[in-house]
Amino acid sequence: MASAIQSLESYAEGFARLEKEAVGRELPWLRDLRERGFARFSETGFPTLRDEDWRFTNLAPITQTPFRLVRNGHAAPSWNESGFTFAHASAAFIPGAACRLVFVDGRFVPNLSSLDALPPGVTVASVAAELAKNSASIQAHLGRYLDIQRDPFCALSTAFIEDGAFVHVQKNAMAEAPIHLLFISASHDFPAVTHPRNLIVVEESAHATIVEEYVSSGGKALCNTATELVAGDNAVVSHYMIEREDAEAFNVSTLRIQQGRSANVASHSVLIGGALVRNNVHPVLSGEGGECLINGLFVGGDRQHLDNYMLVEHASPHCGSRQFYNGILSGHAHGVFHGRIIVHKDAQKTDAKQTNRNLLLSDTAQIDTKPQLEIYADDVKCTHGATIGQIEEDALFYLRSRGIDEASARRLLLMAFANECVDRMKEGPARAHVETLIREYVAGVTGSVSREAPEAAVGEAK
Amino acid sequence: MSLLEIKNLHVQVGGNEILKGVNLRLDAGEVHSIMGPNGSGKSTLAQVLARRESYDVTEGEVLFDGKDLLAMKPEDAACEGLFLAFQYPVEIPGVSNAYFLRSAMNAVRKYRGQDEMDAMDFLPKLREKMKLLDMDEKFLNRSVNEAFSGGEKKRNEILQMAVLEPRLAILDETDSGLDIDALKIVANGVNAMRSPDRAFLVVTHYQRLLNYIVPDRVHVLVDGRIVRSGGPELALQLEESGYATVGTAAGAA
Repeated sequence: MASAIQSLESYAEGFARLEKEAVGRELPWLRDLRERGFARFSETGFPTLRDEDWRFTNLAPITQTPFRLVRNGHAAPSWNESGFTFAHASAAFIPGAACRLVFVDGRFVPNLSSLDALPPGVTVASVAAELAKNSASIQAHLGRYLDIQRDPFCALSTAFIEDGAFVHVQKNAMAEAPIHLLFISASHDFPAVTHPRNLIVVEESAHATIVEEYVSSGGKALCNTATELVAGDNAVVSHYMIEREDAEAFNVSTLRIQQGRSANVASHSVLIGGALVRNNVHPVLSGEGGECLINGLFVGGDRQHLDNYMLVEHASPHCGSRQFYNGILSGHAHGVFHGRIIVHKDAQKTDAKQTNRNLLLSDTAQIDTKPQLEIYADDVKCTHGATIGQIEEDALFYLRSRGIDEASARRLLLMAFANECVDRMKEGPARAHVETLIREYVAGVTGSVSREAPEAAVGEAK
Repeated sequence: MSLLEIKNLHVQVGGNEILKGVNLRLDAGEVHSIMGPNGSGKSTLAQVLARRESYDVTEGEVLFDGKDLLAMKPEDAACEGLFLAFQYPVEIPGVSNAYFLRSAMNAVRKYRGQDEMDAMDFLPKLREKMKLLDMDEKFLNRSVNEAFSGGEKKRNEILQMAVLEPRLAILDETDSGLDIDALKIVANGVNAMRSPDRAFLVVTHYQRLLNYIVPDRVHVLVDGRIVRSGGPELALQLEESGYATVGTAAGAA
């Protein structure tokens, strides 16, 4: 425990420093928000396995590491010194994107970014710059949706708000081409923590496609990121979370979606990297007739731990939510899918569906899947199901009997399973980007099944 | 040299001996039929020839065009020109039929040192074969066998055979469960492919199929052994009197 307390002290030091130097420290509302965040985090500390929401995820690797806050202030970013180059970043650029905001260690880096091709009605900036220029636009939403009481990582995020992406799409504006937000954790000679904090506001009847992508250039790093996404009435938003951090990196993310009347939001998560990853998606359907798609793919090997925590809140009548998560796990990887649906008292005619399908490619890979339905309305439709299986030997033999070699046959079956998620994404540059990443990644998955492996065991979780 | 030569083949599944010394010779240009009651080992024979690895070959030898078939992996046997039309074709969600067919054909072409075909060259060739089997275009974009009817699955097997152009095609109960129209389509597909350098081994439970695909030889498999062999008339005789009457009368291929 001593080391856990020590690591909490390092957050206190970081916070004390931040309070003196941070962007926007002169804004009372922001100071207050940060203080409330830190107070809450100090009160609770990190979650433990005894917390129901964290029972499958041992946070020791995070809590026992004395992470230091990386703050570049206004000085030259450290990524130059860490050997990180433009080539590293450009490998992740999306062809056909409307614009690109690149953040290194949580700070906006203008010379890696490109803001030239913005469609009319779209404002994109760093949170730090917007706070300096037009803090009212940030104040209107920041911290209003994220629940710092429930999740200590959200409290921590709020305490350390300083920079991140700010996206604003005006009423009726069309931003179909992806707005690409690329977050790079540079390598340091100490364990480094960053807290990018994003705010995305899509106004009434506007359309937007947002891609958040997290990569790292090596070393022990924790990226604790949170995004508040406000989808106004009748807005249509596609959000992509692509997590492909380095093998030693930790990534904790929360996407908090606030949906207005008849808003249609799709959240696509693709987790293919990181040592320990927690992906929280929390939509609140707060207006009538809202639709939400929560789609995800997590692929882990070695000793990766990939935890997906979905919390879908139906707060208004006639809303629909569909959750589909597919997991592929090999080696000693551990996956978690926690699908919680809350249907509030007035949310009649709710139609909520949840499906989690998993492929285990080794005897030592593990998946914990847990549906949790809390229904307080009486006229609703809620279904859930989970399956766990192996690559089917019958399918493998069928493909091989047609001349396709074993390795290619396995890849074909893995791609088919992964493509169930890709197929739910709208055609376009963002989907093409994801498809390429998945294809490259799956080509490297060497998960082999012993010939004696039992036939696919399929179970329905109740 | 025979195209297929099975010598004293013994096969076990989970410690039980299923095939107890099968002998068979099949020459290019011929159609042979293997008939037998349930549990006689017909499907086991078909699967072993296609190199399913969950079967233990304890004794015997199989030569495919003079090569040791039992040393081949399933994909190598396929590339060498062996094709099994499955009794129960497998559904593969998420893989389109067109992609699957082209992948299979290119795997075989690559093995034979031929150039791979792109979609532009492949599709016209595929459409032509599909017409022969009265298959709709929409088959191409559907996932392999997923939500196909029984007849559609069997036609899809024959389509794969037509695309891969094997030298030896083994049809495992391709007729089972088909209505008469589907049966005729499947039989026409097979007959259109009969040629002097190709052989067929037609495994069936029922004589009916052999009215449409007329075999040169009929073998009766009972309890893991071929107990009788004869011309097409043997199938009719079995239809009349049943398998019981062939008993244990010794018969060689």
